[in-house]
Amino acid sequence: MWTSIITAILIVAGIALAAGLLLGMASRKMPGDPNQIIDQVNDLLPQTQCAQCGYPGCRPYAQAIVSDDAAINLCPPGGDDTVQRLAALLGRDAVPLAEAATVASVALIEESQCIGCTHCRDACPVDAITGAHQFMHTVIATECTGCELCIAPCPVDCIGMVPVT
Amino acid sequence: MEFKRRDAPFITPTSDVASIMRHVLYALIPAALAYVWYFGSGFILNLIVASIFCIAGESLMLRLRGRPIESTLADYSALVTAALLAFAMPALTPWWVTATAALFATVVAKHLYGGLGYNLFNPAMAGYVVALVAFPMHMNLWTAPRMGDIDYHFVTIAETARFTLTGSLPDYLTFDAISRATPLDIVKAGLNNMQTFDELRAYPMMGDFGGRGWEWIGNFTAFGGAWLLLKKIIRWQIPFGVLMGLLIPASLMYVLVPGVNPSPGFHLFTGGTILCAFFIATDPVSAATSDKGRLIYGFGIGFLIYAIREWGSYADGVAFAVLVMNMAVPAIDYLTRPHIVGHPLKKRGDP
Amino acid sequence: MSSPAATYDLGNLHGGLRLPAEKAQSTASAIQSVPIPNQLVLPIEQHVGEPAHPIVGIGEYVRKGQLLAEAYGSLSAPIHASSSGKVVAIEPWPVSRRLGRKAPCIVIECDGEDREAELPEETVPFNTYEPESLLQKILQGGIVGLGGAVFPTGQKLMQATTMPLEYLILNGVECEPYISCDDLLMREQAAELLGGVQILMYALALTDCFIVIESDKPEAISAIGEALAELNDARITLKQVPTIYPSGGEDQLVQLVTNREVPSGGLPTDVGCVVQNVGTAAAIYRWICEGEPLISRVTTVTGPGVSSPMNVTARIGTTVADIISFAGGYTAGADQLIIGGPMCGKSVTTDSVPVVKATNCILVLNKASPLSDEQPCIRCGECATVCPIQLLPQQLFWYACADNEEKLRSHGLTDCIECGCCDLVCPSHIPLTADFRNAKARIQELADEKARAERARLRFESRNERLETEKQVRESELALQKEEALKAGPAAIEEILKRQQKKQDQDPED
Repeated sequence: MWTSIITAILIVAGIALAAGLLLGMASRKMPGDPNQIIDQVNDLLPQTQCAQCGYPGCRPYAQAIVSDDAAINLCPPGGDDTVQRLAALLGRDAVPLAEAATVASVALIEESQCIGCTHCRDACPVDAITGAHQFMHTVIATECTGCELCIAPCPVDCIGMVPVT
Repeated sequence: MEFKRRDAPFITPTSDVASIMRHVLYALIPAALAYVWYFGSGFILNLIVASIFCIAGESLMLRLRGRPIESTLADYSALVTAALLAFAMPALTPWWVTATAALFATVVAKHLYGGLGYNLFNPAMAGYVVALVAFPMHMNLWTAPRMGDIDYHFVTIAETARFTLTGSLPDYLTFDAISRATPLDIVKAGLNNMQTFDELRAYPMMGDFGGRGWEWIGNFTAFGGAWLLLKKIIRWQIPFGVLMGLLIPASLMYVLVPGVNPSPGFHLFTGGTILCAFFIATDPVSAATSDKGRLIYGFGIGFLIYAIREWGSYADGVAFAVLVMNMAVPAIDYLTRPHIVGHPLKKRGDP
Repeated sequence: MSSPAATYDLGNLHGGLRLPAEKAQSTASAIQSVPIPNQLVLPIEQHVGEPAHPIVGIGEYVRKGQLLAEAYGSLSAPIHASSSGKVVAIEPWPVSRRLGRKAPCIVIECDGEDREAELPEETVPFNTYEPESLLQKILQGGIVGLGGAVFPTGQKLMQATTMPLEYLILNGVECEPYISCDDLLMREQAAELLGGVQILMYALALTDCFIVIESDKPEAISAIGEALAELNDARITLKQVPTIYPSGGEDQLVQLVTNREVPSGGLPTDVGCVVQNVGTAAAIYRWICEGEPLISRVTTVTGPGVSSPMNVTARIGTTVADIISFAGGYTAGADQLIIGGPMCGKSVTTDSVPVVKATNCILVLNKASPLSDEQPCIRCGECATVCPIQLLPQQLFWYACADNEEKLRSHGLTDCIECGCCDLVCPSHIPLTADFRNAKARIQELADEKARAERARLRFESRNERLETEKQVRESELALQKEEALKAGPAAIEEILKRQQKKQDQDPED
């Protein structure tokens, strides 16, 4: 009786080993298209281009995630929802956000204080600030992603964030 | 005047899960009475053991999962599982066999999948199959039905109780004395031995059309099933599918290759056919959901019951047929999605 | 000349429920007229589209039928005064559209005289108008869909004329329990109704009209039948349908009468049908042929919480509290105030909301017996059996819990008409309709987020391109300058450097 049990175990283990080797070889020879995966990851990110994750934009962060250089919980504007979706897409653990999720808000230029220096306009990654040199600048609220990159360059500190209701 | 708000609709629903389950239990009463009449008190003891262990298993799992125990038990679904197990088990079964089936059904097949509404497999059938495979000897110990005209020993309550509790018979009884093959066993063994069905039919154990005892249990089960249909507790698609799935191949084979195939009537009334068609396959959670899907599901079960009886090594194929079709349910549901009003008519599989 | 036969030859409508009608009490008496209240509260938004813009000022005296607020924008409707009096305020007031929260309203203190305004033009027979100008005129009367959808009728008909049309369908079905205003309107105002039908057929150039009534309204059927017999217009046919909820929904009615499915996201005009509520038709008649804009409507006041259930003609702007006291006041057990019916109605927090154009029913219910807790779905499939759109509510529920936008869309969540049938048959007492309403808002939110993210991504990428192009242009210009400078010789280079230095000294900021 024992011989038949051991034979059975060996056969099944052998099959499992062979299947595992086959799958390993297949995943080496036929890797998934990395661009496609990067696109998929990028689609899940909120596109605020705020660089809070440490990468200069959402697509670089997506590339870093796919090449396993970055964790998936570095995006505050994306919130926990984005972490969950990335975890589901990539089969990784859904860890909590590294920094607290930010409240959705848009920038607002205090127009009486604006000096028209164009520093904020040039800093905006989505061109949501409009205004010519020495003329008043204003934020196009519908295009502002709330990345806050315009606040630091302003020499007169006239930009604030207003929560979106 | 000020008011509090609620959401529409403002009419309260009339049906409720507990009442559906209770109706199923009521519908089983005629069948239960017939069972006790023909096979003795073993059924009652099995029912008690199964109920105790189903409820205990459910309470334990609810406690472990942190769910409310009393309100969940109040939906009667554990008792329905216990009742179906009691019908499936042989009348003379030691308590640990029934307990294994009940515990597996409740703990593994139901709660490890997420509880009522989330189980993939029919819990009663899963429990039965586990007991069948783990205790093959006990699960094949069927006693003979009450047969007033033949001289044999109809097991008394005391003897049944003793066997159920201890697993051993009193000294004056042996297994050979009290156990008999079921009509399905007789047919399977007989046909393998080159006897014709008409010869087999002559045995008194085969009864008038479906096997002694079993045919009447089948009738009473059908009454209960018809009542459930009238009360709209179950819909006709699954019972119809199961019966057609069994009767069509059975009739074809009976007509084409007579003599070596049992009659369709026999198939219908013996074993667990009617119980399966009206009570087991109609478990809403593990069955398909659309009307077309239910017909396919039922038909699949019926056909598999016939296939296992005819070509498989088990005498009755109800449990395995149900479990196999449970596995097919997600595919059936996906392929039978109804056409959504206003959507373009597309190829099958899409709405 | 036989009376038009009521026929049963119908299309297929899946599912639906037979509900207890509860209409006997409110149909026992004729329509009563509610007297002029002390105060009329007229919200400026009583229709789909842009709110109307008030053109009267506080303190101004207005007459009955006078234009108070103009339609604004391409989808809007005007508001007219329901009686004469002084405009005392234009301010936020609780409205039923916001379930009791406030919205801007024109408040009129009535003088009780009911003085009528002069009409801008004389009433002439409707067929003296060109169909197009007739539609414009309908717009001016403040006519909106009185079945509850309150879509501006003028615009609806104008859109309809851009499609090939076959049938005009008059919706007298009124399938929801308790509501009986259309029933009584058909009994008492059949002539006006048919007049409105003829106007509509002229304006839309249609030759086939069906007036559809549920079979549980025999008096209405005979009243319309008699009026049709008198009118002797062969283009209009009376059709009876079985009493199944929700056959009165616009798309369901089209399917029932013509056996055509209105495409998902589309309109009945896509399959050649125009549907109008019977009350809307009567209102069109009164405006075109009698010069009275939409300033009153028939409303059912009913329910176990009302002492004397009845149907009333109420002026738009009368508060619900006034109407209920006219109907005998509340009973002791009154607990829920619902504007609309028990399936699709909205419960509101206060009875100071005014009757508006959409108010077809004021329903006061007693305290409901507490529902047992929501239990897991047992996949019984009853919800799918009763769904008129043939959706799979059990699957939608599953995906709504999982927040799976893609699956919700592919299973047709946006086609759900929120009729409530699935709620009623669910043994686990799952609040399916409320869950679907939330899920619809959620997938809209997700779609909006995605669209925003996509826009931001495109702007980011085009900004990067722009900066790249600018950089390249700068580099090529510099290269060119360098070449020329090298060609010109060392003296020229010195010049350039001096110029650069001067610029830097002048402008140290850059």
